[in-house]
Amino acid sequence: MKITQISVFLENRKGRLYDVCSLLGAHGVNIRALTIAETESFGVLRIVVDKSEAAIKLLRENQFVANFTDVVAIEVPDQPGGLASILKILSEHDVNIEYMYGFVEKFSDKALLVMRFEDTDFAQQVLAKQKIHVVTEKEIEGL
Amino acid sequence: MIWKENVECAARADLKELQSGYLRKLIPYIYNNCAVYRRKLDAAGVKPDQIKSIDDIKRLPITTKEDMRDNYPYGLFSAPQDQIAEIHVSSGTTGNPTLVGYTRDDVKLWGEVMARAFCCAGAVPGDTIQIAYGYGLFTGGLGSHYGALEMGLRILPTSSGQTARQLKLMQDFKPRIIACTPSYVLYMAEEAKAMGIDPTQGNWKIGVFGAEPWSESMRREIEAAWNMLATDIYGLSEIIGPGVAQECHYKDGLHVFSDVFYPEILDPTTREEVPEGQSGELVITTLTKQGIPLIRYGTRDIVSIRYDKCRCGRTSPRISKIKGRTDDMIVVRGINVFPSQIEHVLVGIEGTQPHYQIIVDRQARKLDEVEVLVEVEQRFFSDEIKQLNVIREKIRKEIENVLSIGVKVTLVEPKTIARSEGKAKRIVDKRTL
Repeated sequence: MKITQISVFLENRKGRLYDVCSLLGAHGVNIRALTIAETESFGVLRIVVDKSEAAIKLLRENQFVANFTDVVAIEVPDQPGGLASILKILSEHDVNIEYMYGFVEKFSDKALLVMRFEDTDFAQQVLAKQKIHVVTEKEIEGL
Repeated sequence: MIWKENVECAARADLKELQSGYLRKLIPYIYNNCAVYRRKLDAAGVKPDQIKSIDDIKRLPITTKEDMRDNYPYGLFSAPQDQIAEIHVSSGTTGNPTLVGYTRDDVKLWGEVMARAFCCAGAVPGDTIQIAYGYGLFTGGLGSHYGALEMGLRILPTSSGQTARQLKLMQDFKPRIIACTPSYVLYMAEEAKAMGIDPTQGNWKIGVFGAEPWSESMRREIEAAWNMLATDIYGLSEIIGPGVAQECHYKDGLHVFSDVFYPEILDPTTREEVPEGQSGELVITTLTKQGIPLIRYGTRDIVSIRYDKCRCGRTSPRISKIKGRTDDMIVVRGINVFPSQIEHVLVGIEGTQPHYQIIVDRQARKLDEVEVLVEVEQRFFSDEIKQLNVIREKIRKEIENVLSIGVKVTLVEPKTIARSEGKAKRIVDKRTL
């Protein structure tokens, strides 16, 4: 199951991250996971939210450049070597990860990670075969 | 339709005769009524009775923007103030604003040349025109208004700004003609899309765009965005405002209304006439104006000129689109840089829009540095930094190819570069020389 990530272009200017977060907050959109990739002059904010359709509409209406990307959220054993065990499987099957980051919450004793793959469909097949739990959009909304 | 066929299609010899007659009257009029010009002519050693034909114009001194500023407000008037019907000023970035004063006849002349311009663009009496140039001290709005009145167009005098209302009025009154700055019409296309209006289904079929230089690539953008014919109008307030020259639907040069605004193309440094077809500064003499007639006024616009007959039937000389400004041009590390070059690059790259700003800076004892700000577009935005860097690199390389100097390209958020509802600020020169 793919989930939707929203990426937002941000200039390295004071208050821009606040602008995004307060806009989403004011409209009842809850951020579930977040990361920022930065360069010397701009950054890309990547977020997973509970209402992605509404959020992207809101952002674009407010002059932000924002796009959808398909990502996969995976449950990882929250213990030493937990992530390594997942990465080992992915690596053995030649699945490339572009980037990854963690969720704020979790539903079980397992940690929740967002992964952006070079080839999302292929990555999903591999994960399904290995019976690694992939989190659905519904589960995210219910968090 | 040609508004004033007898002059717009006149044989060149007849036109010369007409121009010579006007000039013979103009010089004594100015000499006797304007102390500044009397001094200038005396200093050049020219007596009014020596000016017999239009060819003698070369003997006359050049008028510059500095002359206008130095003699602000009344120095260059040839008509007494009780004959002045209207005054316009354009904002001066340094010192005094540039002032123009029209007699009633000058206003009539303005209406007539603007009627010629709209006709030349393809308007016919009975058309509706939306005038989205600013009304007020800026000449764009009122000049277009007088021309539209003269021509018998139905006018929507929307002035500039309030884009949502502009678009609503377009849909409600279906004007076939839009007159505004080219950057504003592109901006309105973006706004239309944001409002759920498909600009290719818009009502405007002919655009009369001016008040700022724009390139062929920008024309293609506008024509594709709005599915319209985009024509270029040229003018400057010192001469009359808009209405000095206008493209016909062949878009093969701007027809100069040379029976009243006599054009010369001079080398900006030597002030010698350049050979036909070569680029130089456009210098204009107003042959029939009364309020502030100007002799050989240096427009600072770089154009070329041609004198062959156009396919539309007009014989008037045609100037190219503005290729640059003698004062907009910045010199960076010895290289001439025109904003239009950057614009051209951006339009040529898939996904980018010509929304940019050039910042030139110089650190102490260092080389000049050029930074080009480019707005990120939805179409090329990616969640991956490396993809954004690929686009940025591509823009940088192409600009460097064109300019032959190193530049830094910075991606900025959309609509952060001052988007003109008047004129675009393309260059920020922070160098303290």
